Amino acid sequence: MQRIFVLLVAAFLMSSAAAIDTDKRFDDPKLQARYEQLISEVRCLQCQNQSIKDSNVSLAADLRREIARMIEEGKTDEEIADFLVVRYGEFALYRPRSTGKTLVLWLAPFLLVLFGVFALARVVKHRMSLPIDDDSETKG
Amino acid sequence: MNRYLWPLIAVVALLIFLVMGLRHGDPRALPSPFIGKPAPQFELPTLKNPEVSIGTEHMAGNYALVNVWATWCVMCRAEHGFLLDLAKSGAIPIYGINWRDSRPEAIRWLYELGDPYLASAYDEDGRVGIDWGVYGAPETFLVDPEGTVIYKHLGPLDPAIWQREFVSRMNDGGAD
Repeated sequence: MQRIFVLLVAAFLMSSAAAIDTDKRFDDPKLQARYEQLISEVRCLQCQNQSIKDSNVSLAADLRREIARMIEEGKTDEEIADFLVVRYGEFALYRPRSTGKTLVLWLAPFLLVLFGVFALARVVKHRMSLPIDDDSETKG
Repeated sequence: MNRYLWPLIAVVALLIFLVMGLRHGDPRALPSPFIGKPAPQFELPTLKNPEVSIGTEHMAGNYALVNVWATWCVMCRAEHGFLLDLAKSGAIPIYGINWRDSRPEAIRWLYELGDPYLASAYDEDGRVGIDWGVYGAPETFLVDPEGTVIYKHLGPLDPAIWQREFVSRMNDGGAD
């Protein structure tokens, strides 16, 4: 039983290791780092919850190749992101730029926190105005 | 009463968002950023004859369908019969983009199943597919006579989808 479990775990680990793009594209470590950073932030559109760095599907390989080519051509990160957004929409980026439709996504967390603070303040203020119940305090 | 009003409103609002999200349909179907924009330019050798090239300008002047297909794509086989019927009806010229495929296999597929395409462009390395924002074959683009993309459908076509999504978008019914 234990051996089967170990084998299962090993098989599981192997599959995840195989899925990661390990091919080195650049001799310059700086460019390689930029490349890896970029491909980890682009969504694989055939397998929507993976980045193209983690995916082995053909389109992900194509996009990695295109991004590597653009880095070689000296394009900036911004230009590469534009290339993807023009073709696949904002959805292709894991970190959507804060413009237009995505603005609400960026602001929503802060608005929710503000709302929570406001609600908490109201509850606390209300409770403070209640008479202190001595009975419950002594029994507590 | 007032105590429960706001939480009730919040819950109802969340439920509305939930229903909207569930009704959204296929979560893989993304809105194409090309709708209302000029079709991406390309120039590729045709599938059947590498000496001849086909490109966006060949489609101008008419409504045209651009169908992205491949022999490895299961759903392409599912829609193939409908594409043949559509081609036979003469409603609209159909152009193919054979995407990331093997040329001999693709030619054999057309020989065995029939060829609905005026011509298929052979996009061996997927460069043109990327320019068209393709992420899952089959994909079908509707291009108007001015060369503007007016609709994109992800997944296999059938007569119902054709009537509902494509015919309704063509002013003159497609034929010139």
